Amino acid sequence: MSVLAAAPMAGSRPRTPAGRVVAALNRSVIHVALGLIGVIWLVPTLGLLVTSFRPRSDIQATGWWDIFQLHLTLDNYRQVLEAQGMLQAFMNTVFIAVPSTLLPLAICALAAFAFSWIRFPFRDTLFLIVIAFLLVPVQVAFIPLLTMSRDLLPDLQLTRGYGAIWLAHTAFALPFGIFLLRNFFITLPPDMIEAARIDGASDFRVFSTIVVPVSVPAIAAYGIFQFLWVWNDLLMALVFVQDTSKAPMTRAIQNLLSQYGTEWHLLAAGAFLLMIVPLIVFFSLQRYFVQGLLAGSIK
Amino acid sequence: MGIAPTPGIPQAIPARAGLSAVRSARGPEKPNYLAAILFLLPAAILLLVFLLYPAIYTVLLSFNRGRNGVFDQWVGLDNYVRLFSDPDFINLSTFPPSGALWNNVLWIVFYTSIVIFLGLIIAVVAARVRYESVIKAVVFIPMAIAATALAVIWKFVYSPDANIGLLNAILGAFGVAPISWLGDEHIVNFALIGVGIWGSVGFATVILSAAVKSIPAEVIESARVEGANERQIFFRMILPMVSLPISVLAVTLVVNVIKLFDLIYVMTFGGPGKASRVIAFTMYQQAFQAGQYGYGSAVAVVMLVVLIPIMIYNVRRFRTGAVT
Repeated sequence: MSVLAAAPMAGSRPRTPAGRVVAALNRSVIHVALGLIGVIWLVPTLGLLVTSFRPRSDIQATGWWDIFQLHLTLDNYRQVLEAQGMLQAFMNTVFIAVPSTLLPLAICALAAFAFSWIRFPFRDTLFLIVIAFLLVPVQVAFIPLLTMSRDLLPDLQLTRGYGAIWLAHTAFALPFGIFLLRNFFITLPPDMIEAARIDGASDFRVFSTIVVPVSVPAIAAYGIFQFLWVWNDLLMALVFVQDTSKAPMTRAIQNLLSQYGTEWHLLAAGAFLLMIVPLIVFFSLQRYFVQGLLAGSIK
Repeated sequence: MGIAPTPGIPQAIPARAGLSAVRSARGPEKPNYLAAILFLLPAAILLLVFLLYPAIYTVLLSFNRGRNGVFDQWVGLDNYVRLFSDPDFINLSTFPPSGALWNNVLWIVFYTSIVIFLGLIIAVVAARVRYESVIKAVVFIPMAIAATALAVIWKFVYSPDANIGLLNAILGAFGVAPISWLGDEHIVNFALIGVGIWGSVGFATVILSAAVKSIPAEVIESARVEGANERQIFFRMILPMVSLPISVLAVTLVVNVIKLFDLIYVMTFGGPGKASRVIAFTMYQQAFQAGQYGYGSAVAVVMLVVLIPIMIYNVRRFRTGAVT
């Protein structure tokens, strides 16, 4: 239960009429301030949404806030999806994001299990190295990975397809995923795991039939986090996807912007298409999403 | 801004996760080498091939001319000397200073402090109203969406065109001439930092709200009974008790700033001119547009070096398991 949620200005209830007026004023200041914050955080996104449904000629004639000029159309979406290839880009984003989420999930869960429930020498030292890896910026990998895929594995053509970006996203997701899942796995009751071992279950059986099923909330929270991270990424896609026809939405929107900087109707529709999946994920899975952010946070 | 806590940042580390706290009875007594190797192998291979090896390669390449990404000519510290004498990277001879690295400093100072300040205010104030969860969800929405989308949203808001740009339309209603928010080199960084703040306050609010609520109600109540006013309660009780989450949050935000790229790339492409470049943008630009791989590697190494103290801080905190 919240401390501060307990009645506004709780404790000493003002006894004089003047005191009550002051308290009411204080409360209305709070409501006005929070209302203003709500407006500042909603209006820019709302403006984009409204603009994306307005005809091009209207957008150029009046501001989106002019509600007397409100004619709605889906033309912008039709145009950006078909003529501007955003449908293909949307599919590309899915092709990039799904494996770049599932691969790290599986690999992190395996490694996190070893770091929490298997004994081996230097376990703690290796885990500290994983924590140090958390902050290695992706920039240090760009040139070597491109060089490597060009010179060592030219036949695989990793940067022509999605291979390079899947592997790069996966590798750089590992430290965080291992860290997060290990911190969850070690909180599982030891008795549960020991009991299974005494019954003769192998490590893999303990992992797959006990640890993973009871850790679904933590794994889901990490999965959502990683999925949105990849979905929203531009930088890795710029470097590791060299075939423009395979580029994700973030790059398609960047292209729209640099080619037709003032075609606001296309930009608004394109940007909203990029936002729609994260927004659905956010509103439907908000609990997991916030858990994922708070995971390992201060209790 | 996108998901600000890049997968790469422990938002905080729970006390029980510290090594000293859990050295006890996890796993059977006998080491199981085979199982350990099998479970760790996929992660180990990926980390060695795609993270550790490239990092070492990049450090070495930064001492080379590195044409085409291969070692063709060793140049010693030449790349670093050029980098730090490049006024586009850091220029301390003017006032105020300028350059990409300086812009990161501006970001760290203004973005970090204002995000934490607003996050704390919203967390504390929203807790007093019934629609707290609505306010928190509203300020949190920008966290879910891509920096690329944030950039487009704010390109609209900042547009000098009176039919597109809300901000200039509002100013115009008061008779103020349109301001070129993204076209004026003295304003552009602050306009971008504003977008960054808008994108990250939700994250700070969620983290700090959880921290504020973990303060026992009785403690606050007894202070009220003793006659403490709201201001005293905030500054003498709440603030000290959330100082640890604030420091962890500050570290996360600083790391965000050092890795900041997408927003700058989409909104201004480092412009006007080179006025809004940041270090991660410079790395991309030098390596992939100017084709200077050795020089670009030096920029990447500077990013790594700046992050190393934070790495050490994280490892230390974790090893001692001391959070409280």
